[in-house]
Amino acid sequence: MLRLENVSAGYGTFQALFGVNLEVRGGEAVAVIGPNGAGKTSLLRVISKVIPLNGGDIAMEDKSLADVPAHRIIELGIAHVPEHRRLFPRLTVEENLRMGAFVNGARSRYDERLAYVYDLFPHMKERRHQLAGTMSGGEQQMCAIGRGLMSGPKLLLLDEPSAGLAPVIVQQVFDLVRRIREEGYTVLIVEQNIQQVLKVVDRAYLLEVGRIKMSGPARDLLENDEVRRAYIGL
Amino acid sequence: MEFSLTDPFLWETVIQGLLFGGVLALLSLGLNLIFGVIDVVWICYAELIMLGMYTIFFLYTHYGLPLPVSFAGGILMVAALGALLHQLVIRPILHTEPINQLLVTGGVLFFLQGLATMMFSVEFRNIGISFGSVEAGDMFFPVSRIIAFVVSLVAVACLWLFLKKTYLGTAIRAISQDRDVMPLMGVSPRKIYLVTSALGGGLAGLGACLLVMLYDIHPAIGLTFGPIVFMVCVLGGLGNMFGGFIAAFIFAEFIALGGFYAEVEWGYVLAFVFFIVMMFIRPQGLLGTRN
Repeated sequence: MLRLENVSAGYGTFQALFGVNLEVRGGEAVAVIGPNGAGKTSLLRVISKVIPLNGGDIAMEDKSLADVPAHRIIELGIAHVPEHRRLFPRLTVEENLRMGAFVNGARSRYDERLAYVYDLFPHMKERRHQLAGTMSGGEQQMCAIGRGLMSGPKLLLLDEPSAGLAPVIVQQVFDLVRRIREEGYTVLIVEQNIQQVLKVVDRAYLLEVGRIKMSGPARDLLENDEVRRAYIGL
Repeated sequence: MEFSLTDPFLWETVIQGLLFGGVLALLSLGLNLIFGVIDVVWICYAELIMLGMYTIFFLYTHYGLPLPVSFAGGILMVAALGALLHQLVIRPILHTEPINQLLVTGGVLFFLQGLATMMFSVEFRNIGISFGSVEAGDMFFPVSRIIAFVVSLVAVACLWLFLKKTYLGTAIRAISQDRDVMPLMGVSPRKIYLVTSALGGGLAGLGACLLVMLYDIHPAIGLTFGPIVFMVCVLGGLGNMFGGFIAAFIFAEFIALGGFYAEVEWGYVLAFVFFIVMMFIRPQGLLGTRN
């Protein structure tokens, strides 16, 4: 579904990614793991074209994203739930969800999608008129994922959904990711919580200083001595 | 001077103030919208209104178009000017120091004033329509002011509904809270800024329709109400449209009542003194949250 070939990207003169190859097949859940500053967020940001693609190519269902501007990416079926959730704090939950359905293709199915998201997250329905900024971190994450689902995407990009949340809530977030998978979405997730994320995905890539160091089935990486020593602390 | 609550002239003054407040509220709306969304102050806002007034004047008197058509032409003209101002002047300096935006839109103010003086001369013009006045008890109210007041309130309500209920309106509110995340929603910030600028211009154009019924047109007319509109916005809390709405009525009553007990000029003096005092007490404005 999504294919990255030899992708290089960065911010201004700072290069964050060096020749990254990565593939996500339809129906799969794939994780990109790695330490802070490895370029995980940049990887998702270049797929969304929020940062420019400096080299290589990215293709979504065989269509190159090289010349697609950032605000047209969502029309190709890619929804990006950004780092730190980035909800609109002074809009209500429902208004945030409405923003997720801004693109023309999604507006006509707004009622249907809204009912679907509320069905998936009944808690969001209770909070629909609350300002997003006044909710807890876990609730905000739920709302952010719901906002991502509003456009009816094929591929969901999740950037550190567990970051900054209390341990109990972290568990709930990963349960949520598991449910999203079961709903049939293809997921590319970036996480620092390596042990947890490897339990909910099929395959994973290990990213270090902007380069893919290792890749394989999640189980293999979870049992890999190097990964365990360096990142899981066992 | 006697103070009496049964004095019909006092009530007439209070209601006149209320009517004037409605117009001020509308005038402040566009400026507040632009600041709230794009974070830029259009110092030349009143000059856009001035050009709108001229547009209406010429469409109506020289081209003989019906008044509603002339009004529509004025609104479209200023909406286009707003979009143009953004595209040509604001966009290139959007990410530079805020002082640049003040200087450059201040420059546009003098440019537009000079342009209007050259094109239209300093002559005072009037569309020459009188709507008469209505009598209620012992009080008299010009119909034009009542129309202006009603139109203002309707416009405020329509804008509120637009911002609250439509996708575009929600995006306009959202972009002021987090610009960089907008592309992920499929929204082009450039386009939203352009639409917002045209909308702000359109509101200025609507203001021009109301002012053209009330005042003579001349190239410097922007200076007579521009500072008040600006202070209304600041008093309400720049970018806070509801605050601006309330502040408009406070200012209008100061001016009206000051004019009732002394002279009109004293009304302005009192309003400005009140403004300065409030700036010490609440520098962020009545309902503002920014510093």
